[in-house]
Amino acid sequence: MTSSLRTDDPRPAVRTEPPGGQEGNRRPLARRARDWLTAFLFTVPGLLLFAVFVIVPILYAGYVSLFNWGGFGSPSDFVGLDNFSRLFQDPVFLGDLWRGLLLVLLSLGLQLPFALAMAVLLNQKLRGRAVYRMLFFAPYVLSEVITGVLFSMIFAPDSGLADKVLGSVGLDGAGGLWFSGQNTVMATLFLVMTWKYFGFHMMLYLAGLQGVPPELTEAARIDGANAWQRFRHVTLPLLGPTLRMSVFLSVIGAIQLFDLVWVATQGGPDHHSETMAVTMFQFGFKRYQMGYASAISLVMFLISLVFALFYQRYVLRRDTEGALTTMRGAR
Amino acid sequence: MITPLLYALVSGFKSTDQLSANTFGLPSPWVVHNYTSILQDSAFWRALGSSTLIAVGTTALTVAVAALAAFALARFAFRGREFLFTLFTVGLMFPFAVAILPLFVLLRTFGLLDNPWGVILPQAAFGLPMTIVILRNFFREIPGELEEAATLDGCSAFGFFWRILLPMARPALGTVSVLAVVTSWNNFLLPLLVFSEPTWWTIPVGVQQFQGQYSADTARVFAYLVLSMVPALAFYAVAERQLIGGITLGATKG
Repeated sequence: MTSSLRTDDPRPAVRTEPPGGQEGNRRPLARRARDWLTAFLFTVPGLLLFAVFVIVPILYAGYVSLFNWGGFGSPSDFVGLDNFSRLFQDPVFLGDLWRGLLLVLLSLGLQLPFALAMAVLLNQKLRGRAVYRMLFFAPYVLSEVITGVLFSMIFAPDSGLADKVLGSVGLDGAGGLWFSGQNTVMATLFLVMTWKYFGFHMMLYLAGLQGVPPELTEAARIDGANAWQRFRHVTLPLLGPTLRMSVFLSVIGAIQLFDLVWVATQGGPDHHSETMAVTMFQFGFKRYQMGYASAISLVMFLISLVFALFYQRYVLRRDTEGALTTMRGAR
Repeated sequence: MITPLLYALVSGFKSTDQLSANTFGLPSPWVVHNYTSILQDSAFWRALGSSTLIAVGTTALTVAVAALAAFALARFAFRGREFLFTLFTVGLMFPFAVAILPLFVLLRTFGLLDNPWGVILPQAAFGLPMTIVILRNFFREIPGELEEAATLDGCSAFGFFWRILLPMARPALGTVSVLAVVTSWNNFLLPLLVFSEPTWWTIPVGVQQFQGQYSADTARVFAYLVLSMVPALAFYAVAERQLIGGITLGATKG
């Protein structure tokens, strides 16, 4: 990924464009300089915007994380890595890490297989298939805030729909505390996340399934493979790139979960549903401990980055050109 | 799947007393006051307008800037091109929440708090990576012969971009625009922080504030929720094809 940086390389960094153009013969220097200038002018607005609002803030977070800073004036009380060592002794933050991992495991273990099963089901010639697709996908379009408020009312203890339903089938008192119970809040959150996001993953899988040639499953059928074998040995491997992409998005999504939690529980009761982003927000904007909050953002950033790089390198590598172009064939 | 949505819709027509006494049945009598009072409330329309303005601004800026960059990254060979592209794609992995704190400090320094640009500019910046990736792929597929022909006819690089490439890329532009609109519409954290005054509150911020204000009046909150969902669902109904196409094509973040 850095090969194009070598300055001693006389060739252009990449193959010449446009394809079929001057491939092979060297372009005159003046033309190259003009091309470079044009390309530069085209790129500059984007680069500027990206640098100012994405790169600078992340670097600045790194800088601020070394200070004890209330957020006003410029940071002056240098504390080195103290914020980080405090972070890793903070039971709430360690809990955040554990809860993040829990959400990832639940998503990968329950939500995605469920989405896959539904996608396989809907990929059959089912009556009203288009309607189902519309319905399952609709929650994805609604913001997490709307979802969070809606479900916080549905899961309101006693008065909410969930408890009323349980009550009406004779399970009075079986209804729980849902969002307000220390032991139930994460499960409830996961339920809501599934409601909102499984349609999104299902849609990805459906697109992937369209790319599985029916001749292959047909051939397997003729060879005597049963439905499960056909799924396991034909469909699943061909769905590989889609699955890997959906796992990636699921993990990154779980790391940065904020809106839903903030609206539904604010991290409560007693920190039992806090995520890293919620803790960061609490410290940054409620308690004005910007240095400490920046340290949390930085850890979030590093976790995402390490995960993404590792995933790109070892998992997505076999898919054509890297993460984002894998779905092209599925169009 | 649909039950929560229907439940919200019907509950909005009840009074809060009815809601607790008669959770499942249809409202009797139907109370339209919850809905009408919100529709007569200027705060709701202001939030709608604010969300729309910010979504349109973000989308226009993201797509314009990304299209220019994607054009250069797709069709020019220049030193450092792959490095630039990698830089943008790395942006795909940044959770928005990571940058929010320093971003807030930055916006304060620029005096962009309580200003719609304070939301539009960062949203556009964070939207760039995915938009560039999708558009670049698309631009690459347009045959080089076309560019040569245009150049021979005396077209400048920008002329080719503006008069030939963009019109051809209309489906891709539609897709990335729809994605940008949805992302902007649903953003919560940034508007929450940038707008301390209700003037510019967007729909998600409005929903949260409304719930806080009327938490005892559940039926009314349901009505507000339903009305807030309408624009997003309507947009989805219209732009379903582009949205799903965009997601399966580029696989959005989150």
